[in-house]
Amino acid sequence: MNVGRLCNQACKHCHVDAGPDRTELMSRKIFEACLRMVDRDSPSTVDLTGGAPEMNPHFRWFVEELSKRSVKILVRCNLTIILASDYYGELPEFFARNRVEVVSSLPFYQAERTDRQRGTGVFEKSIEALRRLNAVGYGRAGTGLVLNLVYNPAGAFFPAPQDQLERDFRKSLDEGHQVAFNNLFALTNLPINRFLDYLLVSGNYETYMEKLVEAFNPVAASGAMCRSMVSVSWDGRLYDCDFNQVLDLPAQPTVADRVESFDRGAWEHRIISTGRHCFGCTAGAGSSCGGATT
Amino acid sequence: MNPYYDSKDLGQFGKIGDFGAKASADKFFAWYGEVFKEGALTAREKSLIALAVAHAVQCPYCIEAYTTDTLEKGCSGDQQMEAVHVAAAIRGGASMVHSVQLMNKARSLSM
Ligand code: SF4
Ligand code: SF4
Repeated sequence: MNVGRLCNQACKHCHVDAGPDRTELMSRKIFEACLRMVDRDSPSTVDLTGGAPEMNPHFRWFVEELSKRSVKILVRCNLTIILASDYYGELPEFFARNRVEVVSSLPFYQAERTDRQRGTGVFEKSIEALRRLNAVGYGRAGTGLVLNLVYNPAGAFFPAPQDQLERDFRKSLDEGHQVAFNNLFALTNLPINRFLDYLLVSGNYETYMEKLVEAFNPVAASGAMCRSMVSVSWDGRLYDCDFNQVLDLPAQPTVADRVESFDRGAWEHRIISTGRHCFGCTAGAGSSCGGATT
Repeated sequence: MNPYYDSKDLGQFGKIGDFGAKASADKFFAWYGEVFKEGALTAREKSLIALAVAHAVQCPYCIEAYTTDTLEKGCSGDQQMEAVHVAAAIRGGASMVHSVQLMNKARSLSM
């Protein structure tokens, strides 16, 4: 679920084009329709993203409602939001209380490469936010509170193998900053929105697209996340994935396109709307919101 | 005149065998592939060595290729730059150590 484009950051690679000046936010009515869908169709996971999903005024109510149901709750937290004010400073405890699995972007284990992508000072703030999550038990053995990190390359190149990056991040964050986490997901940057602008302006577009196409992996294609999900936009429309959502590439007309009329059976047999951006999901080890797919 | 080095030309490297000496080219690429496989050294260590050597032999194609490759193997800027310093140190050292020959010759000519 993409609950809105409002965000306290404005990262260079953001595929949602999110930022502090965006006004699109999911309404209570759409949230309620999503809850009905959860009750009816029993998905295994509800994955909340944005923008900064925590900035939606209905966010906490919705998470509390979800936590009464047996569904895994995932929140894509950009970390710096935790430091934005006292109100957001309560988030680590709120997440822990509601057994939310936290997934957070950290482009690199060093400040320079992280700040280049996400803005000056973001690395230091992210480390502080991770410490606060660790302090309530996230990423610590035996607590069951899961904190996963997301890596995506700070430029026009592919991610390193996920397990190797995870080892590097763990060593550096543990030794340098005493920060713990559970798993690291390595994502490939998809050529859309701000990252596409960057590719075009920097003259890297052609080479990057050629590399993506050359690295096409049928096994990764068979594991693409759109095969097992439905993506709900802030205004209640349904898409094959978050990327199609921001591109406004609608689901095929053979299926209902609004959350109020979602039909799981029809959705599972739909034809997925694809475009050249899909090569980002199918290159090499594959890429999804949960990292490599192969 | 076109510039000698164009990044796009690297894409043609694999086709040198089509122009001539195909059997040798095929053997070269097979050997090259073997060299860079994970072995006693990791693929990342090999890539950093390649980046250092690329600077020592000053090959623009190899510098671009192994800058990308080391990034894709998760190397940090410090790791990449330290590799280049190693190459530079050996190059510089190789000049400096020859000054021993200078000293030996000078001494042999001097009273
Ligand atoms: S924190 Fe996430 S949603 Fe916000 S601008 Fe950055 S990438 Fe986009
Ligand atoms: S971008 Fe394409 S391949 Fe990737 S999840 Fe979306 S529809 Fe599937």
